Amino acid sequence: MHMADALISPAVGGTLWAASAGLIGYSSRKVKQDMDDRRIPLMGVLGAFIFAAQMINFTIPGTGSSGHLGGGMILAILLGPAAAFLTLASVLTVQALFFADGGLLALGCNIFNLGFFPCFVAYPLIYRPVVRGKVSQRRLVIGATLSAVLGLQLGALGVVFETFFSGISDLPFVTFLLMMQPIHLAIGIVEGLVTAAVVVFVWKAKPETLEMSGALKPAGTSSFKRVLAGLLMAAAMAGGFISWFASTHPDGLEWSISRSTGQEELEPPKSGLYSWLADLQEKTAFLPDYGFRGSKKEEAGDAWPAVDPGTSLSGLLGGALTLIALVLIGVLLKRRKKHHVQH
Amino acid sequence: MSNIESTFFDIGTMDTISRQDTFVHRLDPRIKVLTTLVFIVCVVSFGKHDISALVPFLVYPLFLVVLGDLPIAYLLRKLTFAAPFAVLIGIFNPLLDREVLLQIGAVGISGGWVSFMSILLRFTMTVGAALILIATTGYHSVCMALEKMGVPQVFVVQLLFLYRYLFVLVDEASRMVRARSLRSFQGKGLGMGVFGSMAGHLLLRTTGRAQRIHLAMLCRGFEGTIRPFHPLRVRGWEVMFLLGWSVLFVMMRLYNGPRLLGTWIQGFIS
Amino acid sequence: MSHHIVEVKDLRYTYPDGTPALQGMSFRVVHGESVAIVGANGAGKSTLLLHLNGYLAPKGGEIRIGDYPLTKKTLQTVRRTVGMVFQDPDDQLFMPTVYDDVAFGPLNLGLPTAEVESRVLNALSVVDTLHLKSRPPYKLSRGEKRAVAIASVLSMSPDILVMDEPTSDLDPRARRKLIELLKTFKHTKIIATHDLDMVVDLCERTIVIYNGRVTADGPTLEIFENQAILAESHLEKPLGMQGCPVCGNSVQQFSSLK
Repeated sequence: MHMADALISPAVGGTLWAASAGLIGYSSRKVKQDMDDRRIPLMGVLGAFIFAAQMINFTIPGTGSSGHLGGGMILAILLGPAAAFLTLASVLTVQALFFADGGLLALGCNIFNLGFFPCFVAYPLIYRPVVRGKVSQRRLVIGATLSAVLGLQLGALGVVFETFFSGISDLPFVTFLLMMQPIHLAIGIVEGLVTAAVVVFVWKAKPETLEMSGALKPAGTSSFKRVLAGLLMAAAMAGGFISWFASTHPDGLEWSISRSTGQEELEPPKSGLYSWLADLQEKTAFLPDYGFRGSKKEEAGDAWPAVDPGTSLSGLLGGALTLIALVLIGVLLKRRKKHHVQH
Repeated sequence: MSNIESTFFDIGTMDTISRQDTFVHRLDPRIKVLTTLVFIVCVVSFGKHDISALVPFLVYPLFLVVLGDLPIAYLLRKLTFAAPFAVLIGIFNPLLDREVLLQIGAVGISGGWVSFMSILLRFTMTVGAALILIATTGYHSVCMALEKMGVPQVFVVQLLFLYRYLFVLVDEASRMVRARSLRSFQGKGLGMGVFGSMAGHLLLRTTGRAQRIHLAMLCRGFEGTIRPFHPLRVRGWEVMFLLGWSVLFVMMRLYNGPRLLGTWIQGFIS
Repeated sequence: MSHHIVEVKDLRYTYPDGTPALQGMSFRVVHGESVAIVGANGAGKSTLLLHLNGYLAPKGGEIRIGDYPLTKKTLQTVRRTVGMVFQDPDDQLFMPTVYDDVAFGPLNLGLPTAEVESRVLNALSVVDTLHLKSRPPYKLSRGEKRAVAIASVLSMSPDILVMDEPTSDLDPRARRKLIELLKTFKHTKIIATHDLDMVVDLCERTIVIYNGRVTADGPTLEIFENQAILAESHLEKPLGMQGCPVCGNSVQQFSSLK
C-alpha cells in the first residue's frame, strides 16, 4: 500500500511531492489561523497514538489474517481535515525515515495517497454528511465505514496510477488495478469497522472529544456536494466489486496478462526526431514511458539504436568489478578505522 | 518481544547511533539532506533496465557508513525486514517481461529479471540513503534543517511533538498489549472488538494527556506559536561537500563507468 | 511583599458531569510559607491546584494571587507569578531537548536571547542538571525528569511554586535530593502530596482536605498528632512519627532526621 522509491520515476515523484507540499503548506496555514491552540499538542500526541496503534495487530474474523489500523479517518474525525492531514503526513515521514518504508521520494506519493483522500475527500464528502448533527451509533458506523472504503479505494487507485506512469514495473495497468482494488475494498471495510469501533467507544465515554473537529455540528452540504459524494461512492464500490468479480474469473486476469505480453503495438520509427527524443528520454527518464504496457520496446539491438540498458556483457563485467572494488575498499577502511581506535 | 516493543528499541537505537561524534555527524544537517535528495533523484531517474550504471552510486552510502561509524549489519537487517511493496510488485517483472536481454553462454537472462534486479538495487540505495541520513544526522537536526529550508513551522513543530511523544505512547500501548496477552489463554489473537476498546482507552488517555500538556504550555506563557530554538551555521567547505557529491552523481548518471571499465578490460583480454 | 500572597475564599467547584469537587474552601498563604495540602484521593487536591493558576474557573468564591483577583484578564500575569509543577513530568516536558523546555517559558515572555540563555543555565544548575541540557526528555530518568520539570518552571522566576505530588515515583535518593533542593527555595511553596514524611521535613504548615472542604489548617506537627483528623481523612501518622520498628520506642525528636 505504500509506494516505494524503487518503483518511481523522478517525474511522478516530483509531481506528487509538489502536490503534497502544497497541501502541507495549505494545511499549516489553516491550522495556524485556527483560534483553538489546543490543537497543537493534540496533533502531536494523536500522531504518536496512531503510530503506536498501528503496531497493534488484530485478527480479522473469518480470514484469520491480521490487520492494523491505518488511522486516517480517526484523525480526520478527531481533528478536522487540515490538522489530520498534517498529523498523518508527520507519521508517514517518521516511518519513511526510520522504518525503510518506501523512501523519501515516494513519501510525497504516500502523503498524497494516504492523507489527501481520507482527509480532504472522504471525510468532508461522506463522513460529515452522514453524521450530520444527529449523532447515533448507527450513523457513526456507517459514516466511518463508507468513508474509510472510499479513502482507501482512491488511495489504491493513486498507487496504481503512480506505478504505471513511472514505468519501472512491468505490471499492466488493468492487471494491477484488478489486484489492488478488491484487496483495498476489503481492507477499507475492516478499517472502517475498526475506526467505527474506536469512535463509538470514545463517543460513548467522552463525547466532547469529538467536538474538536466540529464533527458534531451539522454540515452545510450543498446538493452538488452530495451528488458528487454519491457518485464517488458508487464509483468506488463499483470499482471494487467489479474488479473483485473480474479477478476471480481466471479468464479476466489471463486476458489482461495475455494482452500485456502480446505483440499488438506498432514498431516505432527508427530515425529522426522520434528516435532522438527516445534517446533523450532513455538517458534521463524524465518523460515517462507511456504506451500500453508490454509492447516490446526493449528489443535489444534493433528498434532503438540509442537504447543501451547497460546489461550488455561489458556492462555486467564492469559492474561486477566495480561492486567488488567498492566492497573491498569499504571493508578495508572499516578495518583500518577499528585499528586506529584500538591504538 | 512483541512488535511494539521492538519498535521502541529500534527508534531508540537509531537515536543513539545518530548521536555519535564523527566527521559525518558534524556536518550541517541541511547539507546532508540536500546531498541525499540529489542522490535519490539520480538513482531513481535511471531506466528500468539499468544495473551496471547504478553500482558506482554505492560509493556514497559506503562513504557515510565508514566515516560515520555506522553498524552496517544493523542497517542491512532493517532493509531486509521491511517487506517492501517494491519487491512484491517488482517480482512480477520477470513474469511479464520474458524477452531475453542478455546471453551468458547458454543462459539467457530476461529483461524482466534485469529490471527486477534494478528494482532491488534501487530499493537498497534509496531506502538505505534515508536510513543513513537519520543515522548520521538525527531526527531533531533533520527537522531543524527542514525548518530552515522553508518547511512551514506548524508542520515542523508537529514532527517534533510526534517524535517526543512517540516513546511515551508506544510504551503505553505495549503495556496494554502485554497486560492483555497475559490474560488471554486461547491464543486466538486480538479480535477487532477488543482492539476497538483497547485503542479507545488509549485514545482517551491520549486526549487527556494532550489537555495536560496544553495546560503546561499555557502555564509557561504559551500564546499560539512555538519557537524551536537552534541556530545552524553552514561552513564554506560543507557547501563544497554538497556540490562535489552532486557533480559526481550527475556524472555517474550520464556516463556508465562500469561499462567503460568492462569494455576496456574486454578489449585488453582479446 | 503582597504579591506573594495566595488567598482562597469560599472556593466552590463542580465538575461538568455534576460531581461536586470543592465545597467552600478558604485559606490564606503568605510570603515565604511552605504549605502542604494533604488528604484522601479524590478529596480535591488536584482540583484545588488547577484553580491556583486559573486553568479551572471557580463556580463560587474567589481567588486572589498577590494583588490580583484571578480573572480572565489577569490570567497571564498570574501565570507568571505562579509556577506549577505537574504530577507527570512527561506532560510538562514537551520540547525536543531539555534546553528547549527550560527556555520555553522565558522565550514566551519575550525576553532577549542572551537573557533566555542565562536564565536557562541558571535554572538548570540550581536543580543540578546542567549536564543534561542537550538531552531529549525521553532519555532522562524519572528523577532527572522531575528536576528538569522544576527547572522549566524556575526559569520564569515565579514567586509562588505549586507542586502536585513531587516525590511520587522517585527512588529514595532522588527523593532526598529533591527535598534538600526544595528546602533551599525561598519561594512560597504550596505542595499537594501523600508523602507525609516530606511534609514534616519541608512544610511548617499543613492544610487537610476532605470531601472538598478544609478540615484542618495549622502547624504540621500538631496536625499529625491529631489521630481523629488523620483517620477521618484517610491518613496516618508519617512514618517518622510512628514507633521505631526495631525497639518499639516512639520517636519524639524527628527534626534531627537526616
